[in-house]
Amino acid sequence: MTLTQAEKAAVVTIWAKVATQADAIGAESLERLFTTYPQTKTYFPHFDLSQGSAQLRGHGSKVMNAIGEAVKNIGDIRGALAKLSELHAYILRVDPVNFKLLSHCILCSVAARYPSDFTPEVHAAWDKFLSSVSSVLTEKYR
Amino acid sequence: RMFATYPQTKTYFPHFDLAHGSAQVKAHGKKVAGALVEAANHIDDIAGALSKLSDLHAQKLRVDPVNFKLLGQCFLVVVAIHHPSVLTPEVHASLDKFLCAVGTVLTAKYR
Repeated sequence: MTLTQAEKAAVVTIWAKVATQADAIGAESLERLFTTYPQTKTYFPHFDLSQGSAQLRGHGSKVMNAIGEAVKNIGDIRGALAKLSELHAYILRVDPVNFKLLSHCILCSVAARYPSDFTPEVHAAWDKFLSSVSSVLTEKYR
Repeated sequence: RMFATYPQTKTYFPHFDLAHGSAQVKAHGKKVAGALVEAANHIDDIAGALSKLSDLHAQKLRVDPVNFKLLGQCFLVVVAIHHPSVLTPEVHASLDKFLCAVGTVLTAKYR
């Protein structure tokens, strides 16, 4: 699954806007994830997951920073996220299904904040991009 | 096994006789197995070997990606039954990884 030039452009364009609210979107996406899919909380027994918690915001930022890195290196996501890929493979071992769930929550948060920008084409491009990121993060599992 | 265990998969074969022992199921199983053999014979370039099949699934068949996992699992079960001593955990893992790779190639051009 490769991104077309148009899809890459769509991702980069929206990212310029998303980046201005990256931390808030990150925290909100995680909040959506833990609320809608409570089983995902299993990976964060050490976190305070209440709304607005500092740990949630901190982790949301980390996630969005990584996505930002992937956007910046959209031609070589695998290279850009190589270390994260190893982290997930050897240490975190988050079940691959959860990447779809978090991606979905991120899409919801972005759509809610930029409704007129989130056209069907942009939606498709972002979904494909987040799928690529997820693939990279799970590809060293075995 | 797939049609019995996961009846929703029958949706892709409204034109088939899916009764046990049906000639169409046999023939189709042969096609699928043939493609797996092709992939295994070109195991370092599965995408290349199955490029036409990949196009076919993307443009015409459009089988939902989740079903490739289901068929792969049924295939593994059949291999386990017919060759129990061959399917050690290591071989099982390799075969599963291979079937996943094939599924990925066949759905790679969907979008």
